[in-house]
Formats: sequence, C-alpha cells, structure tokens
Amino acid sequence: MSTTHHLRINENAYEVVVDHYDTPLLYVLRDNLGLKGTKFGCGNGQCGSCTVLVDGRAAKSCELPAWSMEGKSITTIEGLGTIDHLHPLQQAILDFQAGQCGYCLSGIIMTAAELIQSDPHPSRDKVVAKLAANLCRCGAHTRIVKAIESAWRKAAPGAAQ
Amino acid sequence: MSAIRLPWSLQENPRLGNWVDFSRAGVVRAFTAKVELGQGIVTAMAQIAAEELRLPLARVVLISGDTRYCPNESYTAGSMSIEVGGVSLRIACAEARETLIAKAAEMLSADASRLSVDDGAILLDGAPSGLDYWKVAPSIDFERPITGLAQLSNPRRTTYLGRSAARVDLPAKITGGGFIQDLELPGMLHARVLRPPSNSARLETLDLSAASLLPGVVKIWHSGDFVGICCEREYQAVKALEALRAGANWVEDETYPISQNWTESLPAMRSIDSESEHGARSVMEDGTIRLSATYSKPPIAHAAMGPSCAIACYENAKLTVWTHSQGVFPLRAALADALKMDEAAIVVIHVQGAGCYGHNGADDAALDAALLAREVSSRPIRVQWMRDDELAWAPFGSPMVVTIEGVVTKAGKIADWSTEIWSAPHGRRPSGRSTNLLGAAHMEPPIPFPELHEDLQAFAGGARNSEPPYDVIHRKVLLHSLPGLPFRTSALRTLGGYANVFAAESFIDELAQAAGLDALEFRLRNLPDPRSRRVLESAARMARWRANAERGKGSAAGIGFCRYKNTAAYVAVIAEVEVNREVRVRKVFCAVDAGLVINPDGVINQIEGGIIQSISWTLKEQVVFDRRRVVTSSWETYPILRFDEIPDVEVALIESDEPAPLGVGEAAQGPAAAAVGNAVASALDYRIRDLPITRARIIASAG
Repeated sequence: MSTTHHLRINENAYEVVVDHYDTPLLYVLRDNLGLKGTKFGCGNGQCGSCTVLVDGRAAKSCELPAWSMEGKSITTIEGLGTIDHLHPLQQAILDFQAGQCGYCLSGIIMTAAELIQSDPHPSRDKVVAKLAANLCRCGAHTRIVKAIESAWRKAAPGAAQ
Repeated sequence: MSAIRLPWSLQENPRLGNWVDFSRAGVVRAFTAKVELGQGIVTAMAQIAAEELRLPLARVVLISGDTRYCPNESYTAGSMSIEVGGVSLRIACAEARETLIAKAAEMLSADASRLSVDDGAILLDGAPSGLDYWKVAPSIDFERPITGLAQLSNPRRTTYLGRSAARVDLPAKITGGGFIQDLELPGMLHARVLRPPSNSARLETLDLSAASLLPGVVKIWHSGDFVGICCEREYQAVKALEALRAGANWVEDETYPISQNWTESLPAMRSIDSESEHGARSVMEDGTIRLSATYSKPPIAHAAMGPSCAIACYENAKLTVWTHSQGVFPLRAALADALKMDEAAIVVIHVQGAGCYGHNGADDAALDAALLAREVSSRPIRVQWMRDDELAWAPFGSPMVVTIEGVVTKAGKIADWSTEIWSAPHGRRPSGRSTNLLGAAHMEPPIPFPELHEDLQAFAGGARNSEPPYDVIHRKVLLHSLPGLPFRTSALRTLGGYANVFAAESFIDELAQAAGLDALEFRLRNLPDPRSRRVLESAARMARWRANAERGKGSAAGIGFCRYKNTAAYVAVIAEVEVNREVRVRKVFCAVDAGLVINPDGVINQIEGGIIQSISWTLKEQVVFDRRRVVTSSWETYPILRFDEIPDVEVALIESDEPAPLGVGEAAQGPAAAAVGNAVASALDYRIRDLPITRARIIASAG
C-alpha cells in the first residue's frame, strides 16, 4: 500500500509517494527525486557510500526508512555544493586529486562534512577515526585524508593544475 | 610499407579515421577503446591527443569504449593502456597533424616548413593563413593507413606529456553523477536477477505468486535457473527480488573443498603441466646453501564499491547496451553469440562504473540486462547487482601455491632458482564467446562454462612474473594449471603476478638471511640491470634503509621489488610495520621507473592505490566457502583495509629519458605484498608464508 511522506531535502520541500512502507531514503533520493549523488554500495550500512546529513549528522541513507525522515532536514552531496559552487571539501578533493574511481567519494565527503562543521581543522587521527566506517576500494585513502585535513586552509597545494 | 613495427592497436585498426575525426567544428574527436576504470586513462589519452595535435586540452573530445566509433582494441587490461593504446593514439594524432600540415602547404603553395599550428589555426610564417585543421580536414583521406612515420613530439619540450593534469572525470563524480549506476533513460525499468544461492544450485520449484502481486512488477522472466524481474521503480524491484527468493527452492550439492588450506588442496588436484627452463643446473660446491619454501594466497574478490550494473534496450531487432565492461568489442561479440544475434545489430557503449581491477561482474550484468530487454521491448532495462551478488558471483582471483627452491654460492650469488606454481585460470573473460557469462550458464538451454583442458591460454597468467628478475645461472618454472576448481576464477589485477612476486621476493629474503647477507645488499649483488638497481637504491634512500637490522623486535622494515611482467614498470617498495597480534603498516616508501610518463600525478595515484589495495589483500582478504556456498558475501565477512589502518605512502618517480612509457597500473601489487611480508617476518623473526597475514596466523606463529 502506498504512503505519502513530506521530506525536506537540500532546503526544498518534497512530497513523495512510496509503495513499500520500509522504502529507504536512498531509493527515494535516487529514484523518486533523481538525486543520484548518493550511491548504493551495500544496502546494509557497511560501506558508507550512501551517507547523507540528517539534521547535520552523517547517516547511512540505505538504512533509514523514508517515513522516519519526516520533520528532519536532509542534505545530500547535491545540496552541499554544485559544479559551479563547490563546497570546500569538494574543492579540496579536486585540488589533491583525491580519488580514483570516485564511487566512495560522495559518502566520504558527507561524512567529513559533519566533522568539519564542528572542527574545521581536524587532525589526521580525527579524520581517519571519522572515516573508519567509509570504505574505499581503489586505495585513494591517503589523498582523501590530506584533502579533508586541509579543506578549510586557503593554500591547498594543488597536485595538478 | 614501412619498416616501423606499429603497436598492436594500430595493426588492428590501421586507418587514420579509426583514431581521429575533425568533422565537428572547433573540436577534435579522438577515439580509444581503452576505458576509464578510475585509473585516469581518459585524462591521459586526452593529454596525448592534445600534445600531438598541438591543441589545447579543451579542444579534444575523447570518445572511449563505444563500438560505434572506437577502434577495436580488445580489453582495457594488463597495464597496457598507455603502452599500447596510448602509444597508438599518439602515433595516429602525430600523423594526422603532419598530414593536415602537408595538405595545407599544398593548398597554400608553400613549403610545409613555413607552417605551424596555433589552437588549430594554421599559421604561415607565424601569421594566420586563413586555414585551420577543420578547413583542411575534408581534403584528407582518412581511410589511408597509418604509416607510423610521423615525427612524435619531443618529450623534453612538451605542453601536456609529462605534466600532471587534473582528472577530467572527477568533478562530475563528486557533484551528483558520473557513473553508469546514475544513468537514467526515458521509460527505464529497474531489474534484479535472482542468483542461485551457490554454484551447484539448480532451481527445483519457483512460486511466482507473491512476487507477481507486488506493486510495479512489469515482467518476470524465468528460463532454467535464470530468474529476472523488471519493475517500474527501483525499490519495487528490491522487494520483488525478496519475494522471488522466498518462492524459490533450490537443490544444492557440496561441491566446495573441505580444506581451504590451499597449500594442501591445490597440489592434490588434477593439473595440466607446462615447464620452461634456462641455463645449466650448477654442480653443488661446498658451502653452497640450498633452500626451499612454499607460499600461498587464497581466492580474493574484486569487491568493487559499486556493484555491477548495466542497461540494455531492445528495439526494432536492435540492441543497445550501456556497460562498465573493460572490453566493449569482445562483449558485443559475446552478446551476439549468447543471444543468437548479428553483431552488427548490437551497439555497446561504455559508461564509467566503480573501480574495476579486472574481470568482475560487468560483462555478466550486461547479459542480464540484454536477456531481460529482449522480453520487454522498447524500454531500457537497468540491472543492478546487489552487494552479495558482487561478492559471491563476480569471478575471483585464483588461489595459488608457489614453491621455490634456490641455491646460493659461497660468494653470495644465486646459482639456481626453480619455481613450481599451482594455479587455476586467470584469463576467463568472455572474449567474444557467450561462454563464461553467468546468465548464459544459468538459462535454458544453458551454455556451460567451457571445459578448460584445451584452453591453455586461460592459464597463462599463472606464470606471470615467475621468472626471477635476478641474474641466475639456472632457472626453471613449472606451472601446474588446475582446471577443476569448483568456482569461477578470472583476471584480477596482476593475474598470477601478485602471488609470484610475493613468493619470489619473500624467498630472496629467506636466501639472504640464510647467506647471512642484508636483504638489500643481497638483491643488488644479484641484480645487474641498472634500472632495477636504481629503483631499489632510491627506495632504500627514501626509507633510510638500515642494513642487517635486528630481527624479532616487533617492528621492522621489509623490501619488495619487481619489474611488472618483466616488461613494464620497475617498482621497489619498502614497508615499515609494527606487529602486535595484528600487523599495522605504518609507512611505505616506493620508487617507480615508468619510462616516459604521460601524467605524473596520475601515475603516483595509481601506485599509491595499488600499494594500499595490495596491503588490504595481504593482511585481510580471502574468499571463504562452506561446502556449498560463498560465505564472504558482505563487507562484514569480506573486510578490506579501512581508513584507520592506512599507512603513510611516499612515492617517487625516477626521472627518465626513456622514450617508451611502461605500464604502471598493476606494478605495485606484488612488491607491496612482499615488502609487508618481509617486514612482518623480520619483526616477528618468524615467517608467515600463507596469505593473508591475519591475527589468527600471527597468534598461531607465537604459539
């Protein structure tokens, strides 16, 4: 039986209809709303590819039923920054060329976004502890950590033009 | 027509028009069948084309992996994309430039030496001539074969080659899209395939009643053991798959080996043997040391972050497939074979997927989508594998056992090196046949996986890097190819190179220790090749290598070296570890000689990633079975290295005047594994020869 939910995503109000009461936020974002930046990786909260911010806290959207998100403020990678107005974390990822395939990056950036809200200049230890639940398969970790550490610093030494 | 030996890609695709096209004003389209896997190839190819055409990067539109336009270069594999594909594109673009200039000179009645190019405009004595590439191009015969005689740009005076360029694909990937998983076509349906619970499983009964009543279900297609479902929305398909699973009864056999002690089980299997031998066996003198050791690695998984995905649309007897396959042309042929279609009626288009390190589920997902698309005409069908599909059904990297026997003379020289390898196949890509596609094996009538007894090519990768790089008087390699493993193995980054280098570079440390020599000193003493020596010496300087460091102190450094495939890049790695029940790799130093480098930052990124992935394989990864099923089908059961376990990694590229680029994509895996293994052996003063080097094995070693 379909149900209707009112969600606030990236400062916009949406009314979404889902057929299954347990439909996770991930599928609402990607399929109902076309917000493809949030990735499907495992479907059971073990990889972090689908991380979004819920009221400013990093959360795995594959495990959050859409109904439970009513009244909350959701931010996806699309709401964090756009190609024309990159968030400092996105800019830092490009400055450090901190990615290979890039599939894990949206989730990692969202996880890091929670961290740097409270701590703009996190230590390496804080960054790696925060990212311990996000997986990367290509081995871009060291660059990603450096990018996050210095996202808020002006003079990020660009690895490339 | 020329004495120049052209790279394979050019031999196969000799027309100028196979590689470049000037039919769109203001841009040049350059074509390659090499595809982006996260390794930065699209960026490097664009750099190559821009360089040889003397154009800004922004004017190059790179078309990659599209059967409508691109040269047929088979697979993106084996660290050969730059070595072969990139060099081919370079030669083609240089020839296009020279041909255009020569034609412009003719049109201007001027000597070609007076012409130059600026942003595509052709200058005569430095002033605009009124001509540009696009005005001249219609007068060129693009059907003409490439001669390979054009002058390539001088690597010392280049605009793009050898300069770090930012990846062209990354911005899209961190702002909302960029992957095949994100592609949405009008009218698209979401599909899932109900995979059997195990290799041996056969469908006995299937109750469709619950699934067919669910909302949004458009089509359930069932043929033999292949069951697929297409729905309007994605989560409907996820739920429908659950309902299908609940309605399916399977019969399974106990086909997996009782023992996953590969050192015991692999040598006991039926094998096809091949042997190569060089040099004369030396006579044992007094004081020589003879040593033998056996190493093993388990099956490992590709474990891409994004499970495989494909979209297919069947309309008016034509099939279009969007895929992240590493080989769009071989896949097209395989699909034609499986679907009994004419290849000309199929278009295969590459769209980037999650990081791919070999033959994963991409090709299988493409057939899944194609099979379902035939049943629901005119609507694109998107098949998305689930996490357990990816970890249990994508082909595995083969388990391997390697035994090496060696002899060292009194003078510290290696006199004898004999390697014996047991391995299942590493090369079972579809390669143009429908066999080796999951869906083909599961549908009715099934097209079973091929018998392996005659397909020796499939096993060739097992011996990769088994020839030691060292100066050895007598050497022998005996490869036992194992056709009978009850699970699918195929290409995974380095094929047999990872296990063979781990074994060889562990063994050379064991020889050094037996001879009472330092590991670095012993290698250098037996390694005359200057480029090999240089990477080892560079890594040693970077790491401040301490000769003959005390063993058994709980922390130590270790070395690993190889020239990948004995033909590609030279890589030396030094790893520093701490061992306290678990191994923590603290710091890794790496020196690389990749010859002519197109994109230095791209090469460093590949090497860094290769080192970290290799450490993950070496310390954590193994596919585990019970008697029927793959047990390691989630990230919980198949753990990989995490952010809080990552070492610092420092990579140095050796400056090189060599004219040829050497493949790097896979070059770090073996040396990194050996460096870690050697460091652990030194830290514990006890060697763990079976991978992965887990907590359980370390604790057992202490007992």
